[in-house]
Amino acid sequence: MRGLQLSLDKGQKLRFERAFEVLESLSSKANSDASVIVADDISVNNEDAILKGHGTAEMNDRLVATLCGVVERVNKLVYVRPLRARYKPEIGDIIIGRVIEVAPKRWKLEINFSQDAVLMLSSMNLPDGIQRRRTAVDELNMRSIFEENGVICAEVRGFQHDGCLHLQARSQKYGKLKRGQLLTIPPYLVKKRKQHFHHLDQYGIDLILGCNGFVWVGEHVDVRDDMVEDLSDKSEKQKVKSWNTLGDEEVEAYTPPDTRQNICRSANAVRVLSTLGFTITVEIITEIVELSKSMDLEVHEMLGAEFYVIVAENEAERRSLPTKRR
Amino acid sequence: MEFVNPEGLRLDGRRPMEMRQLRAEIGVVSKADGSAVFEMGNTKVIAAVYGPREVQNRSQQSNDQALVRCEYSMANFSTGDRMRKPKGDRRSTEISMVIRQTMEACILTHLMPRSQIDIFVQVLQADGGTRSACINAATLALADAGIPMTDIVTSCSAGFLNGTPLLDLNYVEDSAGGPDVTVGILPKLDKVTLLQMDSKLQMETFETVMQLATEGCKAVASYIREVLLENTKQLESRRGV
Repeated sequence: MRGLQLSLDKGQKLRFERAFEVLESLSSKANSDASVIVADDISVNNEDAILKGHGTAEMNDRLVATLCGVVERVNKLVYVRPLRARYKPEIGDIIIGRVIEVAPKRWKLEINFSQDAVLMLSSMNLPDGIQRRRTAVDELNMRSIFEENGVICAEVRGFQHDGCLHLQARSQKYGKLKRGQLLTIPPYLVKKRKQHFHHLDQYGIDLILGCNGFVWVGEHVDVRDDMVEDLSDKSEKQKVKSWNTLGDEEVEAYTPPDTRQNICRSANAVRVLSTLGFTITVEIITEIVELSKSMDLEVHEMLGAEFYVIVAENEAERRSLPTKRR
Repeated sequence: MEFVNPEGLRLDGRRPMEMRQLRAEIGVVSKADGSAVFEMGNTKVIAAVYGPREVQNRSQQSNDQALVRCEYSMANFSTGDRMRKPKGDRRSTEISMVIRQTMEACILTHLMPRSQIDIFVQVLQADGGTRSACINAATLALADAGIPMTDIVTSCSAGFLNGTPLLDLNYVEDSAGGPDVTVGILPKLDKVTLLQMDSKLQMETFETVMQLATEGCKAVASYIREVLLENTKQLESRRGV
């Protein structure tokens, strides 16, 4: 299995296989033989007018797949949903990217797409929150907003006429991500939902599931409007600073060990799930985190062979439950 | 030297029309977009595909199609006599180009403009037929990377020794100096994308040898399809709904 190098003993191997057999039998009931590979025929009724979607092509009057994946039919449209492929942006997707270049008036971001994405200086809110024209001074100070190798959360704005992918970050929730971990997983495991930002209150962490397969797990930051923060507060803070042993900046840069552990725990949960190839949602991540806590596992033990087996069994059980209820 | 004994068996005990054992595995390089290991008997090749990704050299970027690059290398330990070959010698540049052209023929490059696809193939064990094994491994890796292709390319070699056409030559038969025909086909379209031959062959015998190699390609294709389908089904079943 991809990226999975475990030394399983005999019992673990058997349990592993059993769990996957259950998963396989469950899915084969749901959709029978919708999986296709490159150059497989897709059976369509020739009398009906059909629309060829992505991953299909016409060859000798027959519809064939050009990708490995699953055939999906929506009314007249027939397309192949690829499994392992790079991210394909759609307008409005919430994504996470890494800055690779600071160019004139723009940042270039790596987002697991076939090209680099562009975030224009003009399509993001300035840190001071004021709406105004971007001046040359702003342009010179771009590195104070995002630097190279910084991790950023943004939204897909759309393709420009020259074919570039443009992003926007016009809200307080977007922007630089600090104090946490970035994980990269195959994008097909992230389901598009209404919510991609999650605040797990019980752990004090933020979880962002980027549609492009980049997952951010970090310390929770309160989204606050910087403009509201009044100036009188500042002077008070300075007073506090004088008789506080920890400096103001030090307090801000400090993450409590509990939160750090929770970040690592959730990150490891994502790692385990993605190597096993299971869909990743908040519910499942919290479930795995709780599972590891209830088992009294250390953070590093979550990447051990035994936990992989347990997660696989847990998933098999979870998926078999709702079908029984129906 | 006798390559086919009176009983009709070859040096490694195969019949003239018999192929070596095939084995393929998908997803062997975790950081790559797509990867595969392909074995034909003792020949073992690993392939990794990166991309489509941003073009590294801006001047090579094209606005209507993807750039395909390929790098072939042979591990130092792959052959019996351990030789330190310089990187980019004539043989490997030639094979890199052959693989690139063969794969380019089936990739739908126009769907991924302004991007590049890198294919890296390395021979881990060489026992004849590395060229075809590399192409087969690259096909698997490309399919795994989710790159749109018209068809899967498969390749197989055939030769003509002791007056008999032989399928899938191994190292000993390959180095005998006889003709070695490497064929790459698109099995669904029934088209030839690669045809190479060392030394000379008569017109009539060439036809039969090529026919044999094509049959070999089709056998490889059916095996590759099986592996791919199983992999796709597995991924889908794990993912769930």
